Amino acid sequence: MAVTGAVMVLFLVAHMAGNLKIFLGKDSFNEYAHALRTLFEPLLPYRTALTILEIVLVVSVLAHMWAAISLARRAGHARPVKYVAKKSQANGYATHIMRFGGLTIALFVVWHLLDLTFGVVNPKGFDSAPADRMVAGFDPSRWWVTLIYIVAVVMVGLHLRHGIWSAVQTLGWANRARYKALKGTAALVSVVLVIGFLAPPLAITFGVVK
Amino acid sequence: MNLTLKVWRQSGPQDKGRMVTYRVEDISPDMSFLEMLDVLNERLILEGDDPIAFDHDCREGICGMCGMVINGVAHGEQRATTTCQLHMRHFEDGAEITIEPWRAAPFPVVKDLVVDRSSFDRIIQAGGFVSVPAGSAPDAHSVPVRKEDADSAFDAATCIGCGACVAACPNGSASLFTAAKITHLSLLPQGQPERLNRAKAMVDQMDSEGFGGCTNTGECTAVCPKGIPLDTIAQMNADYLKANSK
Ligand code: HEM
Ligand code: SF4
Ligand code: FES
Repeated sequence: MAVTGAVMVLFLVAHMAGNLKIFLGKDSFNEYAHALRTLFEPLLPYRTALTILEIVLVVSVLAHMWAAISLARRAGHARPVKYVAKKSQANGYATHIMRFGGLTIALFVVWHLLDLTFGVVNPKGFDSAPADRMVAGFDPSRWWVTLIYIVAVVMVGLHLRHGIWSAVQTLGWANRARYKALKGTAALVSVVLVIGFLAPPLAITFGVVK
Repeated sequence: MNLTLKVWRQSGPQDKGRMVTYRVEDISPDMSFLEMLDVLNERLILEGDDPIAFDHDCREGICGMCGMVINGVAHGEQRATTTCQLHMRHFEDGAEITIEPWRAAPFPVVKDLVVDRSSFDRIIQAGGFVSVPAGSAPDAHSVPVRKEDADSAFDAATCIGCGACVAACPNGSASLFTAAKITHLSLLPQGQPERLNRAKAMVDQMDSEGFGGCTNTGECTAVCPKGIPLDTIAQMNADYLKANSK
């Protein structure tokens, strides 16, 4: 959970930073998309570095889901008879946010790839410049797409608010003196990611970026 | 005080069990929760019914025998308090109180509110021995211990093994208990020789007993009558990871 989650967090930070390039103009964004594909060229052939990164990411996502499913199954087996009355005294609801939120995020990622990577559900289709797909995808007339993104990104934020500090605890690096700073950092990173990810779609939907 | 109790009744391990409602009257607010149940049990015996079985021993909050889930909270809503030290003045007259046993597969119900916690004993046994010289008492200060370590080790050592942490955990994990037992030795010089082996053996035993995995919800610490802190689990994880990468 912790290690694969950390890989995804690093990916999210880079992904968010990349998305923000749309504010520097469509060309800047397309150049960035192109640069990703030609990373370490001529040392490596076209798209090699990117493909390796994609494989690492897919392996992380699958391993993360596998770990999540086994945790949930173990929890189910450990409590075959449920309580008639159960009252949470701490962050017990985090298990629901993590499990159902994680599932929501997974479904969203599928939609997201069909939209902006493969262009299947995007008005511009696959053979288009990345920035055009992005601007067309969040066109004001497609406000409901923006809405889906808002819900999903907020879910990611909630997932990470628990996930980031939880991962540090799982790896054994947390202690009493650090908890406050740790939870604060987790919340801060989550908020920054949510704002950073939502800025481009909202700017496009509200016509700030065309 | 007059109260309505909804109590889990189960005649034995094979019985399916169900909630049964009882009325109790003229309860003094100065009674402990267990004394309130004693009053009910005396009446049940006089009426020829089976009294409600529950575990208890010291009744002063130090042995770890008592424990029930009261209104959905292990040991009741009063913080840092065992069921035997919980007093009826914390409830309102006329209140309805649900009482259930600890719920976890590794804690099978023996009868009513009594569960079998031998899985905890097996985790302790898996820890094995500690290499300390027996015989005459060592000179004080012959082995220096940092004050902070002594304090943290002592905090961890206050765990009474009641099992409330498991009962409260949404994953049915025994991490807080196991971590408390691992930490109180791993912070002291006397615990060093077997430190990593002990952590590995105890965590592996905990997993094989069928407890769930920890996802750091903090529900355990919140109900722990001894306030065992969550960072014992980080300490356990650190030792376990080290033991596995040796
Ligand atoms: C693909 C869909 C996803 C699913 C089904 C999923 C599910 C889960 C679950 C069930 C947990 C354990 C929850 C708990 O502590 O109660 C978890 C933890 C975590 N997740 Fe995810 N998640 C997903 C995506 C992500 C993404 C995209 C990221 C990061 C960007 C991420 C980062 C983390 C981190 C850091 C943890 C904490 C690890 C730990 O406690 O050791 N997850 N996830
Ligand atoms: S850690 Fe606390 S709740 Fe768990 S067994 Fe020990 S004393 Fe009881
Ligand atoms: S009876 Fe000993 S702790 Fe409650």
